[in-house]
Amino acid sequence: MPAKIVVERVSHSFDRGPVLDSVSFAVASHELLCVVGPSGCGKTTLLRVMAGLLVPEAGAVFIDGDQVAGPSRRTAMVFQHFGLFPWKTVRGNIAYGLTNRGRREPHRVESLIRTIGLQDAADRYPRQLSGGMQQRVGLARALVVEPEVLLMDEPFGSLDAITREQLQDELLRIWERNNDISGVFVTHDIDEAMILGDRVVVLLPSPGRVSQIIDIPFDRPRSAGGVRAHPGYPELRYSLWAALRTEREAAAYA
Amino acid sequence: MPDVARGPGAVSAEASALAGAARLRRRGGPVSWRWLLRPLSVLSLLAGWEWYGRHTSRLLFTYPTAIAQAGIGLAEHGELTRPLAQSMSVLAWGLGLSIVVGVAIGLAMGRSRIVDGLLDVPLSALYATPLVALVPVIVLWVGFGPTAKVVVVFMFAVFAVLFSTARGVREVDSQLIEVARSYLATEVGLWRDVVLPSALPYIVTGVRLAVGRALIGVIIAEFYTSIAGLGYLIVTYANTFQLAKVFVPVVILMALGIGLTAALQLLERWLAPWRREEEHGT
Repeated sequence: MPAKIVVERVSHSFDRGPVLDSVSFAVASHELLCVVGPSGCGKTTLLRVMAGLLVPEAGAVFIDGDQVAGPSRRTAMVFQHFGLFPWKTVRGNIAYGLTNRGRREPHRVESLIRTIGLQDAADRYPRQLSGGMQQRVGLARALVVEPEVLLMDEPFGSLDAITREQLQDELLRIWERNNDISGVFVTHDIDEAMILGDRVVVLLPSPGRVSQIIDIPFDRPRSAGGVRAHPGYPELRYSLWAALRTEREAAAYA
Repeated sequence: MPDVARGPGAVSAEASALAGAARLRRRGGPVSWRWLLRPLSVLSLLAGWEWYGRHTSRLLFTYPTAIAQAGIGLAEHGELTRPLAQSMSVLAWGLGLSIVVGVAIGLAMGRSRIVDGLLDVPLSALYATPLVALVPVIVLWVGFGPTAKVVVVFMFAVFAVLFSTARGVREVDSQLIEVARSYLATEVGLWRDVVLPSALPYIVTGVRLAVGRALIGVIIAEFYTSIAGLGYLIVTYANTFQLAKVFVPVVILMALGIGLTAALQLLERWLAPWRREEEHGT
């Protein structure tokens, strides 16, 4: 299968030092790739580079062979902080990306509002919604523009455990129904990475670099509970843990 | 307003949580007679003033019913119409200009470090200056006419709008700017969808401050330049010891201040409905 996204030896540093060191991987068409790593491993920086919000010091990102040089029509992003506009209603927030692309497709907006179950709250403002509801809106805002690439930056990181699992299941449902989309999902939660991902890129911190890329062999359609109950789950989880250890820690354990 | 009495330094999370609990308790329950406190305080102040006024020198003091009578008399004779129109015209022009100019410069200062670097020091210095000191200079430059008055009101009001607007623009959530960029916002779209709505509450606050300062400006301008308007009434009646009549324009000014502030609150609720919803949100 041809690679949809290629990340090629991306390095970047901020004032306080290097954050990404020659990170490379590829995402296949309709693959959901999870990037997992501890805080400080440059996950968010990497995603901002992929979204065209940050130009890396070295290396490049390609989507369908075209180098990413700025925010692109092909991508849409979901943010950990939700990033909803407080002054726009649910409907207005979801329609935002469409409007900016010069599209007016109210039927798509309404159908996504139904998909995320917010029919009764479509005219409410974000502050009136729970965190889970807000991130459903964030997800709908990204999906409504029919992106080829969906970038998700710890989207469920600030939600409580129960809501998080509900949203994981909803994302799986949406993902498994939609065949035209490839995705990168950044998280610090290895269970989440195993539940959602087709493969997991494990990053090590300071500076962020790829430790391993691990296949997640569970069949789709999946559910959060189903993955956790799978017989292969504990062993896979252990190998992810092992990959997360830095060389120094690995030496200490040996 | 809330909890000023509980101590000005109550900033710790614990303290504000306690204050929140107290407020919650205060709202419900059987203590609903508290709404009486406000009219009660106003009525007792007025009654005390009435009693004291009737028992002291009529020449140097007055009391509420006398002021009311004087007000009705002045209104019936049409003595208020022209001065009120003069003052309102000065207020409208001065305040209007200061809103337009203040918002424009404030937006530029908030968005551009260069404009901010160039203008911040001189404008802050002017804002800190007691502008009454400049009134004689303005008279020298612009003369005694209505233009001078508008200039004085403008000088009094513009900085409140300007600095509040600049602050509002500066405090725009940078995360939301990045969201807008990732969703392909144009520069115009960035202003329309992010910067302006985010700065709006600050602009309204600036205008509210400006209203108070503009009213002061109107009266000072009417005292120091050619005498007209409500300021004229105050000076004339005071010089002839018609104290009850002096208080009529003063009460009108007070009502103007209260009315304009309330109107601005309504305007903000209409312009920024998402903020109203915050109060009874989840």
